[in-house]
Amino acid sequence: MEKIVIEINNLSKNYETTLAVKSMSFKINKGQTIGLLGPNGCGKSTTIGMILGLIKPTTGNVMINGQNMENNRTDLLQKMNFISPYIELPKKLTIEENLQVYGRMYGVKNLDNKIYEIIEMLNLKEFRKRKTGELSSGQKNRVSLAKAFINDPEILLLDEPTASLDPDVADYVRGIIENFASNKQKTILIASHNMNEVERLCNEVMMMKGGEIIDKGKSADLISKHGRKNLEDFFLKIVREKNEIL
Amino acid sequence: MKFYRVYALFLRHFYLIKGSFPRLLDLIYWPTIQIILWGFISKFFTMHSDFYNHTAGIILSAAILYDFLFRSSISFNMLFLEEIWSRNFTNLFIAPLKVNEIITALTATALIRTLIGIVPAILLAAPFFGVSLLNLGPALILLLLSLYTFGITLGLLVVSGLLRYGPAFENVAWSSLFLLAPLGCIYYPLSILPDWLQIIAKGLPLVYIFEEVRSILLNNVVNYSSIMSALALNFIYFLLSVFVFYSAFHEARKRGTLINVGE
Repeated sequence: MEKIVIEINNLSKNYETTLAVKSMSFKINKGQTIGLLGPNGCGKSTTIGMILGLIKPTTGNVMINGQNMENNRTDLLQKMNFISPYIELPKKLTIEENLQVYGRMYGVKNLDNKIYEIIEMLNLKEFRKRKTGELSSGQKNRVSLAKAFINDPEILLLDEPTASLDPDVADYVRGIIENFASNKQKTILIASHNMNEVERLCNEVMMMKGGEIIDKGKSADLISKHGRKNLEDFFLKIVREKNEIL
Repeated sequence: MKFYRVYALFLRHFYLIKGSFPRLLDLIYWPTIQIILWGFISKFFTMHSDFYNHTAGIILSAAILYDFLFRSSISFNMLFLEEIWSRNFTNLFIAPLKVNEIITALTATALIRTLIGIVPAILLAAPFFGVSLLNLGPALILLLLSLYTFGITLGLLVVSGLLRYGPAFENVAWSSLFLLAPLGCIYYPLSILPDWLQIIAKGLPLVYIFEEVRSILLNNVVNYSSIMSALALNFIYFLLSVFVFYSAFHEARKRGTLINVGE
């Protein structure tokens, strides 16, 4: 039997007058890479925020490895990591300094070796003494990935991991994530608007709209179930059709 | 509490200062200018005032101590603002850091920043103006502790505001100490204030600290009960500010502001 790593039970988030997430429940097994799709403002970031313990749910709970995030936040975050184009690493610190800081924060053993290994893997060796703020978008993105890999997380949450990258760099980054995901011990949740990315990286997809998961399954199954050509077509159908669930 | 996590956050700010000479210069520049300015004012008063003429440097001593307080508080605020400005804020809160580890790291780092700024200024005051804080004797340690605790307390309250209201609260970070300075009786005795303001001022540890500084320098008498009153008040305010910080953190989680705090 597959081990459940992330279990979301009846999760809701209410911001004063806005219901951002409505009674959401799902489970993600160890080793799965799941895509979280949906239009802007559908509640993807709020869901990720609650999984990371950054946002307190109004109702329901987030269980990570069977432990409630609310009561075990620090211990559970030790095994998780996250990247988003909306957050950055300190610009005035070099790549190595940033990795030293976060490596220590996560209590990484043999940190110098780990940093060397990650810098090699992400092809950052020649920039390691450069300040993060002086790097290109693609290089910064790789540094963010380096920081996300520093604690060898069991659970990796990615919000738009290739946003604003050129196709070549985006493809390179997807390859890195794919490689990380191929290790069956890792569980990944990706929120993305890039359907090719989701099709390439994810075992399954959850489609969100209006704060709810309205469909989920393998990309191919969803495409055929809704009679569409591809995942993007499926996305557009769901987003544009009259909202029966709201 | 894990020391390695506290050290990691300290290291983040150490690298920042180490990697930037202008930043280091900025830390030293303002306290030095402040001390030179008050040094000359103090010298003028010493030569032309009956009240101060037997006690060289009473104003300068107060200025140095006030600057120590000011730097403590601003340093604490700056450490937090740096995270907002660099959009690193969310990274810290998804790391396995506990709130008490953040407070400890910021408190320790703020002390280092404060000392980098104030020590050169203190060292300048002796040869240039003949004023040494050591004239305050052993009580100096308790006075500095009291001032530092109050600085951190104000810092915690401002940072709580940043957590609760976001970067818009930044202006309060800069003005918080100026607001309290008139009531703190830094350069003048408590008796100068109107009666009703004296009652309010007595609620501030600053009054006891600076009254005591004047008492030691003018009368050469240490009144430990005043020093203990300041420490006791500081202890209460510090505990209160920690409670406010925890509340602001929980409120920020409720409002979802930890995920998108930035400029």
